[in-house]
Amino acid sequence: MTMNSEILMEQIYSIEPENFALAGEASSSIKKLLKQLGVDSNIVRRAAIASYEAELNQVIHSLGGTITLRVDSKEIRIIAQDVGPGIEDIDLAMQEGYSTASAKARELGFGAGMGLPNIKKCADRLLIDSKVGQGTRIEIVFEL
Amino acid sequence: MKLRMVKEILNSKVLTGEDMLDKEVLSACGSDLMSDVLAFVKEHTILLTGLTNPHVIRTAEMLDVSAIVFVRGKIPQEEIIEMAIERGIVILTTDYTLYEACGKLYQHGLPGGNKA
Repeated sequence: MTMNSEILMEQIYSIEPENFALAGEASSSIKKLLKQLGVDSNIVRRAAIASYEAELNQVIHSLGGTITLRVDSKEIRIIAQDVGPGIEDIDLAMQEGYSTASAKARELGFGAGMGLPNIKKCADRLLIDSKVGQGTRIEIVFEL
Repeated sequence: MKLRMVKEILNSKVLTGEDMLDKEVLSACGSDLMSDVLAFVKEHTILLTGLTNPHVIRTAEMLDVSAIVFVRGKIPQEEIIEMAIERGIVILTTDYTLYEACGKLYQHGLPGGNKA
C-alpha cells in the first residue's frame, strides 16, 4: 500500500476459476481505464499484458480471486490475489517454459510457462507471496 | 509495410477493417502459442495464426496488434469478428499455411517482431 500518495482510482474485479470465456474482461477494462486516465501508451501496454497474464493465471490455476487496479500520482499497482493451490516453488515458476497448466489452457494457446516471467519483464517491480494450499498474492507495480 | 500490401501478398480476404488498410505495420509474428505472443511481440505488428478462439483477439488487444491473419483458409466465428470490430483490429484470412504466409511476408521485407 502506498502511504504517501493519494489514490486516484481503485477498481476491483472478481475472477472466476476456469471461466475461459470471461478471461480477459478485467484486463480489457483495466487497459481502457488507464488509457482514459491518459497514462503513457507504453505503460498502458505493459500493464495490460501483465494484468492479462495474472488474470489468466487465476482462471487456469486458482479457485477464484480478485484483481485490483490502484492508481496514484506516482504508480499503477495491479494486485492479483487468489485462493488456491499456491506456488510450490516460486524460483521454478519464474523460469521460462515451466508450467503446470491444464490441457484446456494449452488448447487455447496458453500454459507455455511464460506467465510470471512475462509479468516480471513488463513490470517495474513484482512482489510474489504464495502459500501452498492457501493461495497467491502478486503485486505488479508500474512507475509513472 | 501497409496492410494493403500484406493483403495483396497473401491474396487475403478482409473480414473486417477494410477502411484501415492504409495502416503501417513494422513487423510480423507467426504463432499458435498465445503465451509466446504475449511475451515477445512488439506493437504495430501483425499476428499470423491458425488459432481462431476469442483469446487470439484478447491477446491482440492487450498488445496493440494492428491486424490478425488467419491462415490455412480458416474463417473464425462471427463472435470473433465482432470482437475485432469493437477493438478496431483488422482481420484477414489467407489460404496459405502459417509457414508459407510468414515466408512470403519476410521475403517482401517485413521483419520478425520479437527482437528485444
